[in-house]
Amino acid sequence: MKKNLLFVQGNEACVEAALYAGLEFFAGYPITPSTEIAELLSYRLPKKGGKFIQMEDEISSMCAIIGASLTGKKVMTATSGPGFSLKQEAIGFAVMTETPCVIVNVQRGGPSTGLPTSVSQGDIMQARWGTHGEHAIITLTASNNQDVFAMTVEAFNLSETFRSPVILLFDEVVAHTRERLIMPEPGEISVVKRLRTSVKEGTDYHPYLPREDGRLPMSDFGGVHRYNVTGLMHDMWGFPSDNPKIVYGLMHHLVDKIEGHTKEITRIKEFFIEDAEYLLISYGSSARTALHVVENRRARGEKVGLLEIQTLWPFPADTVRKRCASVNCVIVVEMNMGQILHEVKKAVDDPDKVFLANQINGSFITPTDILNILRIIQGKGS
Amino acid sequence: MSIVENFDLYAPRLIDKGEYFSMGHTGCAGCGEALATRLVLKGLGKDTIVSNATGCLEIISSRYPTTAWEIPWIHVAFENAAAVAAGVESGLKALRRKGRIPDRDVKSVSMAGDGGTADIGLQALSGAMERGHDMIHVCYDNEAYMNTGIQRSSQTPFGAWSTTSPPGEVSFGQRTWKKNIPEIMVAHNVAYVATANPSYPLDLIRKVEKARKLKGPSYIHCLSVCPTGWRMDSSLTIKVGRLALETGIFPLYEVENGKYRITVDMPEPLRPVEDYLKLQGRFRHLRPDKIEEIQARVNLEIKKLMNKVNYIQSWEELG
Repeated sequence: MKKNLLFVQGNEACVEAALYAGLEFFAGYPITPSTEIAELLSYRLPKKGGKFIQMEDEISSMCAIIGASLTGKKVMTATSGPGFSLKQEAIGFAVMTETPCVIVNVQRGGPSTGLPTSVSQGDIMQARWGTHGEHAIITLTASNNQDVFAMTVEAFNLSETFRSPVILLFDEVVAHTRERLIMPEPGEISVVKRLRTSVKEGTDYHPYLPREDGRLPMSDFGGVHRYNVTGLMHDMWGFPSDNPKIVYGLMHHLVDKIEGHTKEITRIKEFFIEDAEYLLISYGSSARTALHVVENRRARGEKVGLLEIQTLWPFPADTVRKRCASVNCVIVVEMNMGQILHEVKKAVDDPDKVFLANQINGSFITPTDILNILRIIQGKGS
Repeated sequence: MSIVENFDLYAPRLIDKGEYFSMGHTGCAGCGEALATRLVLKGLGKDTIVSNATGCLEIISSRYPTTAWEIPWIHVAFENAAAVAAGVESGLKALRRKGRIPDRDVKSVSMAGDGGTADIGLQALSGAMERGHDMIHVCYDNEAYMNTGIQRSSQTPFGAWSTTSPPGEVSFGQRTWKKNIPEIMVAHNVAYVATANPSYPLDLIRKVEKARKLKGPSYIHCLSVCPTGWRMDSSLTIKVGRLALETGIFPLYEVENGKYRITVDMPEPLRPVEDYLKLQGRFRHLRPDKIEEIQARVNLEIKKLMNKVNYIQSWEELG
């Protein structure tokens, strides 16, 4: 066990996990607070026979991983707020062309240059709706190094399974906190391989024809099959189409393949939920603070629980509704003006019992920030 | 070259005594960029609006709640300083035409590092130069992304270490040669393109003044020695800057209406590149064969430049 114990920061845990999951290609651009991911991969990837490219900007980084993914590689890029904004068009392209890729966004204060070295969770809705047009997307987050590792591997697995871009939404505190990481042995966490088509050379291959289970086998671009990839609406051949029937079918396919599997995509952690009267809902680094509050209050006999959401999109509304049904009130703990708060309000039966405990000034949310709200709700403070 | 011709401009006492980039900024000890900015602003004077891309310069000069800028200054995103400067110039022009502001010669200047100029900012810069705005773009080239912690850029020299071009078993460091941005700007047919270096302050100021007086777009590529990122002694900034010229690695020249001219003479013969490389930790890992490769390339680049200086005629001469 000892030789697998590392003392690393979140960005390093992400790198370790990406390599564990079989990352072969990384294209990126320096941006605080995600730069360590690129720096480390510039060392690590070439040694493993992989490819690291520092591109000339954020847009090209995103586009490069799309190109590399189509040729059959497992790919990733890492960025932060301003870079994430620049990548949005290409993320939409990856959604439309169903290209598996992982995009790490280590959130910092925004909008614009904002607070480059401070923490924020302001990109939750951008991850969901940043690119234009109706679509579905998978977004995962984590609160500690072990979960960063697990979620990063998960991100690669989900992107391969659903042929979709997956966004890893970390934040500055998670990325830069140094703590221990127990490296799983190879094989300990399952790794999903690229699903390649069984169609033989010389036989027609349909890049956008789902199998019975809904998955679309891929053929390495430039390999034995010649096929078309386009950001336009397309048919099963990948050729552009504005036929309403085909467009309708594709829209539904793009949304349903993810929204229809919300349950199997959902990853949540529960702490002291069973008898909780007050339920905190949090995610990312703010869940660390929330957990501290819960443990602290439990020691005093107060029935407080924590629901830590790791799958932000598709939002696990059913799970949240069930967990919130029996509690007196719900406090959403996050570092924005209530982006997940509204999702929770939409999900629960009684939105009036959902409150917000937040911090938006660039400093990390403290237990006091949460306790102040909790006390008011409990009628103990003013 | 023709030093006598420009004799009066080489007198330090003629330089603007005003300071438009004030002290108290948070640049590292020996920051070549801060020095260059101070000199550039002396050349530009107070009637200047600066659009500054994200980068070291923005960080060190605008630490809350202070500013080092004695002139109007706008910090914009990483990729669009030249676009904003183009907007400022067009806005001023419109206001002047309508008589809303006095008819004063206010210059719009965009400033960016090598990343904000040659990589992510190249599109905006190319557009601004192509449209012919009356503006100057100044690139402070410290040869890597220093603000985020020394990542390679397209301006990082061949063989140099950076955190994303690490030398080791697989690589010897940066694998590519500097992208020639001044030449790309010349290809935009802008009236004035120059390279500058704060180790030669009078030359730098003269070039900025020249660009300031011109109507239309101009471009100045300024070498900015970075002791932090180049892994060198911060007391050697000026010396290393001079060595960049004396070894032929960063020649100082200007291109006016298509005519190339060397503005600061290089020694004959050039000093070996090793003199420049050995002072910097970022080149410490280089083996002799790589140093020879660099020397050969520098010799070739100087020949290419001298070829242009000697044989390319100005647009007027061509007719």
